[in-house]
Amino acid sequence: MNIIVCIKQVPDTAEIKINPETNTLMREGVPSIINPFDLHALEAGLQIKETAGGKVTVLTMGPPQAESALRDAISMGADEAVLLSDRAFAGSDTWATSYTLAGAIRELGADIILCGKQAIDGDTAQVGPETAEFLGIPHISYIRKIEEVRDDYIKVQRLMDEGYDVVESSLPVLLTVVKELNRPRMPSLKGKMAAKKAGVRKMGKDDIHADENCIGLKGSPTQVKNIFAPQLKAERKMIEGAPEQQVAALIEELRTIKCL
Amino acid sequence: MSIVVRIDKCTACETCLNSCPFDAIVLKDGKAAINEYCNYCKTCISACPEGAIYETEERTQGAEHRQRIEDFKDVLVFAEQREGKVAPVSFELLGAGRRLADGLGVKLLALLPGADESEARELIRWGADRVYLCSGPRFNNFNDDLYAGALTKIINEQKPSIVLAGATPVGRSFVPRVAARLRTGLTADCTSLEIDKGSGNLIQIRPAFGGNIMAAIVCPDYRPQMATVRPRVMKRGEYAENRAGEIIDFQCDEITSGTKVLETVKEVSGISVNLHEAEFIVAGGRGAGGEKGVKLIEELAEALGGVVGASRAAVDEGWISYSHQVGQTGKTVNPKIYIACGISGAVQHLVGMQSSDIIIAINKNPDAPIFNVATYGIVGDLFEIVPMLTRKIKEIKGL
Repeated sequence: MNIIVCIKQVPDTAEIKINPETNTLMREGVPSIINPFDLHALEAGLQIKETAGGKVTVLTMGPPQAESALRDAISMGADEAVLLSDRAFAGSDTWATSYTLAGAIRELGADIILCGKQAIDGDTAQVGPETAEFLGIPHISYIRKIEEVRDDYIKVQRLMDEGYDVVESSLPVLLTVVKELNRPRMPSLKGKMAAKKAGVRKMGKDDIHADENCIGLKGSPTQVKNIFAPQLKAERKMIEGAPEQQVAALIEELRTIKCL
Repeated sequence: MSIVVRIDKCTACETCLNSCPFDAIVLKDGKAAINEYCNYCKTCISACPEGAIYETEERTQGAEHRQRIEDFKDVLVFAEQREGKVAPVSFELLGAGRRLADGLGVKLLALLPGADESEARELIRWGADRVYLCSGPRFNNFNDDLYAGALTKIINEQKPSIVLAGATPVGRSFVPRVAARLRTGLTADCTSLEIDKGSGNLIQIRPAFGGNIMAAIVCPDYRPQMATVRPRVMKRGEYAENRAGEIIDFQCDEITSGTKVLETVKEVSGISVNLHEAEFIVAGGRGAGGEKGVKLIEELAEALGGVVGASRAAVDEGWISYSHQVGQTGKTVNPKIYIACGISGAVQHLVGMQSSDIIIAINKNPDAPIFNVATYGIVGDLFEIVPMLTRKIKEIKGL
């Protein structure tokens, strides 16, 4: 079983703060991490390998620095790592990113492709399904449980708004996973050693036979027009006093505006 | 297009470094330099006090594209159903779609798979001019390939300029496939949609970086312009019992799928988690401290006839399950009253609840950012305030 796990190196958005004076992001000291959802995808890949046999390859598209994310993945147990990096990929939106990832996956070959449900910096959840489309294979999103994996068959639970669906698919298939699926393992000492020594395979636009019109900024249908700080409303009324008074005053306010 | 620094004008003041949302500017040889993280958002251009950063050559549109773009006119809404009933998000999309269609002077179309004619009629009452009804048992359950096939087919046939779908587990899963197939842009989780008066392009506003910044996205050279919108973000339009409209039987028998839904399981927890529909939400955060605090929050929710919400902190701690999570990685809600208990108010939480009609914040820390969006703020201990509030409300309601 050839398993490819797509990961993304992202800034830890929970650590990002807005400078209230300039309304800009303060990224200083914000650590780069593997997108948290991707860790669950990696764990799922490792578990499938442990039961069904095979090989787990981690794949990331990003700048050269993203290699450290791949090494972290190897320390968790991934067998091989591929860095898809080329200046020509810069400015890719989800369409161009998916096109590029699909090109690499086609070269590498895979039975199961795993992705986190979304990346915490972009939050689009689009790259997984779009990549499956470029590969011409089915995908199932929001996997919360993998019930059965065979050579050419998979049965999973897909999280929905009011419960879940049990879905089956032929292989190859692309799955995007949610956090409920598993608990990602910690890197082992052996893994950390392996991560230091491991070779990371690098691929660029020529290695995936990319059409120049489909990659990077030129290949991206969407463009960022501008970026601005979110507007928050500020019409608050602070209710002071002892707890009893606060509660009484709040109830009174809500009654006045007929909300109770 | 490329963003360039004029070395002669750069004073190395670092204003641009701090303004860049992508960490794409560094100081190199005492001057600002833009690296491969650049996302071409142009924030630095307006940030630079020296006017030292500028943009070279606008991206040129191919003539063949411009030709094609003119062929695309109407607005199309993908209408979602659950168990044969149109989901509320679809009515909201029709509200937004109607506004865009009227602004452009075009028709509002809807694609409705897996429902019947009476539901299609509802879509017309909520603003659709024409509904393409894709009936048949195959479309009752959500299937990515079938839904993607049907949406692709109607887009190829009708050539809408704008396509809107709900940012639900359904829309977020299959709509990207359609965008990939049609070689066009898709913007996820839009919070605002406007037509640019000059170009006629759709300006799609969405939160990014965990809601820390908002980005305006355009798709100028490709059609249709596709966007998903979260439930409870757009306002419904006017409901008109007798609105005229057409229902067209849309056959998609030829579309096949590699996946199959074997079973659909509904999960009902103790208290309903239908956050989208709730009028009252009482939400707990890290300040709830554990099961004891969560219990107090549940009791208040119950007294109000509302549901329990949670911040990411409370979910990550395992006190409240993910289906209750409000915010950027959870749900967007806008109840009549949102009571935030022990929630500090990280931006990623605020983007999920700030459009609630009334926000009541209860927090020990007077500087908690949650108070910035609160209608009413109470600085105090939720373990004191919440049970007292529950008692009062029960008294009023005679419970």
